Amino acid sequence: MKPISGMGQYVPTDSPLHHLDAAAKIGLAAALTTALFMASGFAGLGVLAAAVAWAVASSRVPLRAVARGLGAVSFVVVFTLLANSLRWEPAVALLRIGPLAVDAAGLRTGAFFAVRILVLVVGTTLLTLTTSPVRLSGGLERVMRPLSWLRVPVGDLAMTLTIALRFIPTTAEEAERIVMAQQARGAVFDKGGPIRRARAYAPVLVPLFFQLFRRADALATAMEARCYRGTEGRTRMREERMRGVDWLVMLGLGAALVAVGWFL
Amino acid sequence: MLEFAEVSFAYPTATAPALDGVSFSLEPGQLLVVVGANGSGKSTLARLCDGLLTPGGGRVLVDGLDTADVSLVWDIRVKVGMVFQDPDDQIVGTTVDDDCAFGPENLGLPPEEIVARVAEALTSVGMDGLERREPHLLSEGQKQRLAIAGALAMGPRYLVFDEPSAMLDPAGRRSAIAIIERLAHEQGHGVLLVSHDAADVARADRALALSGGCVVFEGAPEDLLADAALLRACGLATGSMGVLGERLRALGLAVPVGALEAESVVDALWP
Ligand SMILES: Nc1ncnc2c1ncn2[C@@H]1O[C@H](COP(=O)(O)OP(=O)(O)OP(=O)(O)O)[C@@H](O)[C@H]1O
Ligand SMILES: [Mg+2]
Repeated sequence: MKPISGMGQYVPTDSPLHHLDAAAKIGLAAALTTALFMASGFAGLGVLAAAVAWAVASSRVPLRAVARGLGAVSFVVVFTLLANSLRWEPAVALLRIGPLAVDAAGLRTGAFFAVRILVLVVGTTLLTLTTSPVRLSGGLERVMRPLSWLRVPVGDLAMTLTIALRFIPTTAEEAERIVMAQQARGAVFDKGGPIRRARAYAPVLVPLFFQLFRRADALATAMEARCYRGTEGRTRMREERMRGVDWLVMLGLGAALVAVGWFL
Repeated sequence: MLEFAEVSFAYPTATAPALDGVSFSLEPGQLLVVVGANGSGKSTLARLCDGLLTPGGGRVLVDGLDTADVSLVWDIRVKVGMVFQDPDDQIVGTTVDDDCAFGPENLGLPPEEIVARVAEALTSVGMDGLERREPHLLSEGQKQRLAIAGALAMGPRYLVFDEPSAMLDPAGRRSAIAIIERLAHEQGHGVLLVSHDAADVARADRALALSGGCVVFEGAPEDLLADAALLRACGLATGSMGVLGERLRALGLAVPVGALEAESVVDALWP
């Protein structure tokens, strides 16, 4: 069972994209999202897709890792395509299957939305593929810092995110251990329909949650023993900062992306 | 000096006290081992050392600072480092060096100083070269050494270990106890080690045994190891080498009670 680990996990290859500041990458991901939703035709979408493809190539991340992110959303993409392109007994159609039919306009709309989702997912997966969890949460903290003026506990949120990232593999291991223990006692996880399979996991979730709560309690004690008292007065070993080149890349490429979305 | 003076403690939900009139002291450079059966109050005692729990009666003083004084609690936690049983319960960072930096970051130290402390702490537990490794890719033994480094990076004078090797295999256990011994005897930390392992007792300077929250033994480790009934009451097994040593002593051979590993028995027989 490997459901949790893998998707969008940091790949520490060495590339310009890896060296770009995390906050700049978050800014670029936001610009890409904006551009994708502004783009009104295939021309704009095509340029944005090409830009993302270029970013993937320059990131030197194996395509397999990018594809893993896509696997998770393939259902949404296929559903979008079908939901938009299928019509009930239309006058003209490209292809008829009984009363259902595919018509050209619907296919165009479906393809447009599907490509939009694909480009969006690849672009944002690239962010987590090229940024280590520490840098990502540090970058998010800096991006969100203005919100602390509105009394949003930005530092605590970033700490929570860091701990969540730290415990994803540990929790996956724990789940695996419980599954194996249940299997050893005769539980069956891979037979039957989807409902039966889902029900087979209930005896896994209960001990898993029990473990998580116990661990959360122990972790809180350990953090207290190491003098954690909220983020006030805390310093960071790696105080990362936007350099000139990060600003330049973010503003330059970001503006270009948004311009593509606006005009095409 | 870390000092317990007539310390009692009861959990709010419990009927009997977990600790009752416990007194002892720990000097820097000294390795004190605390033993006792399950539920005898060892973990409670450990948590009282740095103010995670505060005594219901009596006082706990760390270099003269009273743990009951809430304004001193952070100063005390800098002086007393804690390492718990399960390393996964205490590793916070997503990489080795980030985790090690967690304590110094909380103290608000400048980045250069944090970097220096992290490097020093990781070196002293033999983890150089693993700085960028993610914790879940470490062995259990390495995880526990990281937990020790995390406590060391705070710059503590005293270290409290609550069964640090309970989750480890024999090799991991030996390397953990070797590090703990070095921290006390070479680096001059005052170390309180809660343990279920008679081999740890043999390496300590002093031993303390708890039963039902009371101190039932305090003194030289050899005297504790020589008392078979007390060892059993504390749930300590001396292992096959302990039994062998006992039989050899019955034959009149000079094998010390602290010789609990094959090497030390051999050394005793053929000096
Ligand atoms: N949170 C708690 N609430 C109530 N009672 C507790 C709590 N923690 C421990 N106790 C009780 O206090 C007593 C001492 O517990 P403690 O954990 O200190 O023992 P221990 O010597 O560390 O045992 P072990 O060898 O199992 O780790 C036990 O009787 C235990 O049941
Ligand atoms: Mg305990």
